Amino acid sequence: MRYSGFRVIKEALTGHKGWKPVWREPEPKAHYDIIVIGGGGHGLATAHYLSKVYGQRNVAVVEKGWIGGGNVGRNTTIVRSNYMLDGNEPFYEFSMKLWEGLEQDLNYNAMMSQRGIINLFHTDGQRDAYTRRGNAMILNGADAELLDADQVRKEHPYLNFDDARFPIKGGLVQRRAGTARHDAVAWGFARSADLHGVDIIQNCEVTGLRIENGKCLGVETTKGFIGANKVGCAVAGSSGRVMGMAGMRLPIESHVLQAFVSEGLKPVLPSVITFGAGHFYVSQSDKGGLVFGGDIDGYNTYAQRGNLPVVEDVCEGGVALMPMIGRARLLRMWGGVMDMSMDGSPIIDRTPVEGLYFNGGWCYGGFKATPASGHCFAHLLAKDEPHPVATAYRLDRFRTGRMIDEKGVGNQPNLH
Amino acid sequence: MIINHPLLGPRDASEFTYLGDASLIDRPDWQAENVSEAFYEYGYLRDNPAGEHQELWYHEAGDRSWLVVTRNTLTHEISKVELARDVARARGRSK
Repeated sequence: MRYSGFRVIKEALTGHKGWKPVWREPEPKAHYDIIVIGGGGHGLATAHYLSKVYGQRNVAVVEKGWIGGGNVGRNTTIVRSNYMLDGNEPFYEFSMKLWEGLEQDLNYNAMMSQRGIINLFHTDGQRDAYTRRGNAMILNGADAELLDADQVRKEHPYLNFDDARFPIKGGLVQRRAGTARHDAVAWGFARSADLHGVDIIQNCEVTGLRIENGKCLGVETTKGFIGANKVGCAVAGSSGRVMGMAGMRLPIESHVLQAFVSEGLKPVLPSVITFGAGHFYVSQSDKGGLVFGGDIDGYNTYAQRGNLPVVEDVCEGGVALMPMIGRARLLRMWGGVMDMSMDGSPIIDRTPVEGLYFNGGWCYGGFKATPASGHCFAHLLAKDEPHPVATAYRLDRFRTGRMIDEKGVGNQPNLH
Repeated sequence: MIINHPLLGPRDASEFTYLGDASLIDRPDWQAENVSEAFYEYGYLRDNPAGEHQELWYHEAGDRSWLVVTRNTLTHEISKVELARDVARARGRSK
């Protein structure tokens, strides 16, 4: 069923009786060409691009719970491509372009809103760093604009400009950045993959990988063994657990990131805003809630909840940046488990096990990467070679010294 | 989280900074045959278990001691806290 304005009117006039479930609930077949483990944003995007772009017709996604119930359902929905390094920026700009055409591609309203992002700077050194980053973005075909304090004041008059310690000196803006409705992204990819013949198998937990003579033959699940020529793992947050089934240790630690939403307010924030003197980022959802977050808690955990010191730290950052939100009440807060990699950048690569492929290490920037991650992982699974924009995301880069460390803090995952 | 410091008693976790897996105590021998492989694994690969985890915490806003904390990564429950010095010595480090 295609969605359109005409369809909405027709259904409205006929009592909304024509809407059907948008994906099937198939039983697993005995064998697939490709199995994707993980029915989150990246796994579903992989299935969509495998079936639609790379012509794979015999594909399954296996998900232990319900689709979209992990990190794609619990992030702060920001979409941007303001990276600096060569290994990253072409990939994220590819993702940005896919976001711009995503709703037409999926025939699904993902509420993509290019409201822009501004990264504020507070010192001369930070201005230099952001100028450099902006230039790197422009060189890679993205858009970037450097604003001085007066220009920022015109767009965001409510910010705390004249703070004694952290005066706002300006900001780096990417106008094409914005937000997207996270759940709709998962559902849109799932619907499209299903329409192109992908079996989405929910409530089917992978309990083991069947590996014989160094080759992956399929997955053991709570619904029995499912054979496959190739298995792709896209379970960021649980990567250590799933790849541990193949006996692999990863350059990844699992950490918890908390996110927060305030009560609904009238429109106050025109774009996404990040604080340069602390770690705080905020946007306003279409329902009016301020959606914000900050640092990860900083210790290994698989629990989807964090602790109070970080809550205090994030809220302090928010109030320092825009004192007006001191009056807003916190409505909800939650935590999600992140694959924090050793250089802060992701991995999309083959593994030492033949037929087993890995996609993970997204740190807390996985949402914006969803379409490109799916596209590049599908390319790798279908053609056995990396997509041109993802060639740097190798699993062995830590052994060979080719790290992609945007922040330059080294192999300390909780600092990325 | 409250970390029960062996010398100072219960302290709030916000007084500490976190380094990582306590296997970082076991720095490889720099003269060994397989030194580059050993340092790659030491520097970059982690067990990252879901469950009991031994990890290094530094009491930065306190007595500046290093601790080995045994904590469950699924529940955040702390079952054991030792001075890293004692753990390292028991493993034959710093002779």
